[in-house]
Amino acid sequence: MYPEDLKYTEKHEWVRLEGNRAVIGITSHAQDQLGAIVGIGLPQVGDVVEQGQELADIDSMKTADVIYAPVSGTVVEVNKKLEEHPELINDDPYGEGWVAVIEISNEEEIGSLMSAEEYRALVEEGEEGH
Amino acid sequence: MKRTPLYDVHVGLGARMIGFGGWEMPVSYTDIVEEHLAVRSKAGLFDLSHMGEIEISGTGALELIQRLTTNDASKLAPGQVQYSLMLYPDGGIVDDLLVYRFAGHYMLVVNASNTGKDFEWIREHASGDVAVRDVSHETALVAIQGPFSESILQRVTDFDLSSLGYYRFAEASISVLDGKARRACVISRTGYTGEDGFEIYIDRNYAREAWETLLETGKPEGLVPVGLGARDSLRLEAAYSLYGHEINEETLPYEAGLGWVVKVDKGDFVGREALLKAKERGLVRKLVGLELVERGVPRAGFKIVKGAEEVGYLTSGTFSPSLQKGIGLGYVSTQEARPGNELAVMIRNKPVGAKVVKTPFVESHVKK
Repeated sequence: MYPEDLKYTEKHEWVRLEGNRAVIGITSHAQDQLGAIVGIGLPQVGDVVEQGQELADIDSMKTADVIYAPVSGTVVEVNKKLEEHPELINDDPYGEGWVAVIEISNEEEIGSLMSAEEYRALVEEGEEGH
Repeated sequence: MKRTPLYDVHVGLGARMIGFGGWEMPVSYTDIVEEHLAVRSKAGLFDLSHMGEIEISGTGALELIQRLTTNDASKLAPGQVQYSLMLYPDGGIVDDLLVYRFAGHYMLVVNASNTGKDFEWIREHASGDVAVRDVSHETALVAIQGPFSESILQRVTDFDLSSLGYYRFAEASISVLDGKARRACVISRTGYTGEDGFEIYIDRNYAREAWETLLETGKPEGLVPVGLGARDSLRLEAAYSLYGHEINEETLPYEAGLGWVVKVDKGDFVGREALLKAKERGLVRKLVGLELVERGVPRAGFKIVKGAEEVGYLTSGTFSPSLQKGIGLGYVSTQEARPGNELAVMIRNKPVGAKVVKTPFVESHVKK
């Protein structure tokens, strides 16, 4: 459910590090909580974002949510396919459902991201609270 | 929180449960969009046992109903159903309801969260030879909705469903437990989806048998259980009002587009004077349908604007699985209510383009 090679945030984003690029999406737990995803508002290539800032917004049948930038940097790619097929996030959150790629401007921020193990513990803790 | 007799069945089917008007109900079993589209193209099964049923009998029953409801219940023959409203003296809405006329009594079907309030309201107004009984806890309600509803239900009942018109009902039975037993029920050709379909009232002790029989029988046609999530998006596409959203104690029937169930000439009823005065003054706002012309999902409470001016608010909103765009119902000032009018909905502080459209959003397929 939470691939070992990815990094995670408390807000349920995942990050795949490829050199100084960060591929970003939302976790299988996040898409499961949202239910059927019906729309997404993507950033534009060239947008400069800071860690913790709004990167994209997302609509499901149940609710609206925000995807936050896990790291600071410049948006260099967005997954335009999601505009026509937002359900790809439900179907394949770590693959076809990726959201954007950020060119990392501050590598120190990577240290603040969680490992798969830490993220799994966070999710399980949340579920016990229900 | 209260549970329907089908609670364990829902949990067994893996439903996500939520609190709704004091009830623990299934919001979806698999996916709201899939359940929604199944009802539009095949059939869906709903547990509506949380709804309230109030029986009124005695020689004064019709008079009481006439005094408390806006539609003309004297027009009902046995076997007929009528959509109606109960009003406060100031014209605000106590509840919307269905009135069933049986040979010897009436049954009012009311919103789950209003059942207690409605029952008290009716009892307060009852006098003479009238008995008012809340039978909600004894009565389960299962709905089957969608184009294949009739063919599925027909396989488990002897009653000829093709003879049952829209807003008609019959005291019938369904055969359960692989045909080993037959259970009395009321089959009503009504619904809240805009599709053909039936609502089945049955003793709570037989709810599970009825549910499981129907689900099994309808499997070949693609019948699936449907939760409250899709129930809401289906009723919104059909532009049906939901109490607590489009209508409440502060809305008038006329502004909600429900003038067709208000019969001011039938004689006096609670709220009639206030409605006549309101009509004379003219309406200041109207409930309209809005379709987004840009991406976004409108939700209840969002503001409706024209330029910088606030002209109304949404009472309900959703992404329409049938139309693949955001739709909503909301009140706007009367001069902004014409179809085609270009407005905007404020979503996260940004205006998102919308236009007023005629409702229903999706063509109705109820039995004519």
